[in-house]
Amino acid sequence: MTALRDLVRPWQRYSYGFLDESAKRAVRRGLLKAIAIPGCQISYASREMPMARGWGTGGLQVSLTLVEPESVVKVIDQGADDGVNAANIRSFIARASGARTTTDTLEATLIQSRHRIPEERLTRNQLLVLQVPDPEPLRAVVPDISVARIMHADADYGLMWLKLYEQLVQAGRVTQSSSYPSLVNGRHIMSPSPIPRWDTPKLHQAENLTLLSAGREKRLYAVPPWTDVKPLEFSDVAFKVEDQTGRVCERTGATGQFMNEMPLLDGTSTFELSDAGFAEKLARRRAGEAVTIGPTYYVDGELQP
Amino acid sequence: MNAPMTGLAMMPDLEPPRLVDEEPAVVVSGLTKRYGDFTAVDQVGFTAFPGEVIGVVGESGSGKSTLLRLLNLEEQPQAGTYTLGIKSCAGVNLFTLGRFESRSTRVRHIGIVYQNPHLGLHMHHTSGGNVAERLLVAGERSFHALRRRARAALDASEFPMDRIDVPPLTLSGGMQQRVQLAKAIALEPDLLLLDEPTTGLDVSVQALVLDTLKRLQRDRRITMVIVSHDLGVIRTLADRVLVMRRGAVVEAGLTDQVLGDPQHPYTQQLVHAKL
Repeated sequence: MTALRDLVRPWQRYSYGFLDESAKRAVRRGLLKAIAIPGCQISYASREMPMARGWGTGGLQVSLTLVEPESVVKVIDQGADDGVNAANIRSFIARASGARTTTDTLEATLIQSRHRIPEERLTRNQLLVLQVPDPEPLRAVVPDISVARIMHADADYGLMWLKLYEQLVQAGRVTQSSSYPSLVNGRHIMSPSPIPRWDTPKLHQAENLTLLSAGREKRLYAVPPWTDVKPLEFSDVAFKVEDQTGRVCERTGATGQFMNEMPLLDGTSTFELSDAGFAEKLARRRAGEAVTIGPTYYVDGELQP
Repeated sequence: MNAPMTGLAMMPDLEPPRLVDEEPAVVVSGLTKRYGDFTAVDQVGFTAFPGEVIGVVGESGSGKSTLLRLLNLEEQPQAGTYTLGIKSCAGVNLFTLGRFESRSTRVRHIGIVYQNPHLGLHMHHTSGGNVAERLLVAGERSFHALRRRARAALDASEFPMDRIDVPPLTLSGGMQQRVQLAKAIALEPDLLLLDEPTTGLDVSVQALVLDTLKRLQRDRRITMVIVSHDLGVIRTLADRVLVMRRGAVVEAGLTDQVLGDPQHPYTQQLVHAKL
């Protein structure tokens, strides 16, 4: 008589990187397709993760698929490395893969991020994985997702432009502050996850590969290296990033980078660099340590070519 | 001028004869649309010359709106050809165009005003925005040009300028129709389709909208196809009329002739039917 144990595979610990091989394979196939069609949303079988949907399960699946024992992992939440979400994801990836972790952008090879792209310029050896809550840029204008997919197929983006037009008419400026809709490779409009406008130009002709993954919505998309990413703008109303003039980081004295505003009890506010890893390095250099600081995308608030 | 014609010289200037040397703007022939066993449009054909207004009358369910949807390239017929006298696709049967060409032809060369403004407008966007969307789809990317052109189109359809940034949802029925009309004419289409444009409006507003249409037609010489069950509307606007019944054209001719001296029993019934 055949025993049940003869029919099943022998018990073993979780496979490398937590996800089983077929799940990783499915994600890799989705990623290849996403890279082949820049900005196009590819559906994939998003797995259950030991974390609630909406907390970065999409990004985590891509990170766990791509992580290697030699990887150096950095996880950011709103620019900070020490947020509860970031700290837990980082320790989980490290536990599941044995990879080393860091807070230094220059050192990292795999960066998973929520809401920010580091200030230091990413290079060709680095992968940026962005967690995406809502991958569909057209959702704000078309409630029906199947209609939105047809509109993507037709490159029918009139309504997206109309949204910006309406903002200009009603507020006198474009009020879209994050997830600024951008045209990728002249074809697909994508939502670059809720990164501030400040970070959107960093994707244009970037040296690194950017992967965006929405776990709850089960969608993958990508910006390959050296790809055009153009934020939508009217020919006579230019796209503008958040103005950082006059903002000085309290901890490091840095200026001309993206700042978090911290309200004080007396009604005024101070500022602090949003990119915590970058701020830490600047603070250490201020204290006299020898720290390598890479070239940044912005210098004194001006985007560098 | 010769002596015997002095009598004529007293008369006001007549319009020069139209339709003579010109190429037709719209040629439709053998148009047939079936839904299963039901034939909604049966072998319909007509020719319209630039600036001409074709009226289509008939009772509910006679295929008028289906015909208009076909002309707006929203649906594919089972048989028939449809050409517009435009440079980019002269002599091309528009039903053979691919998805993208079909859409761009619809956007650039055909305007439509639906009976129900909800079909043609984004009710929660501003009126100016609704018109601007048309221009955006056609590739206009300058905000100020959009603003100016939307304003011009709304002005041409006699929309009050102080309400340009109000969503159509909060406007009256007559105003909503004007926004639709402005959207339809924003790109100066070669063919304007009107599906019961004044149905549901009260009589005085109806008259105002008809005035606007009449003036537009005179100023811009847009070729129009107007569908209505209201013979008054057809009489006011149309040069020629097609009478439809059960999907087929039962009578066609000059408006005055068809409505004044109907030949087909159904047309006679229609003309004499009054509450």
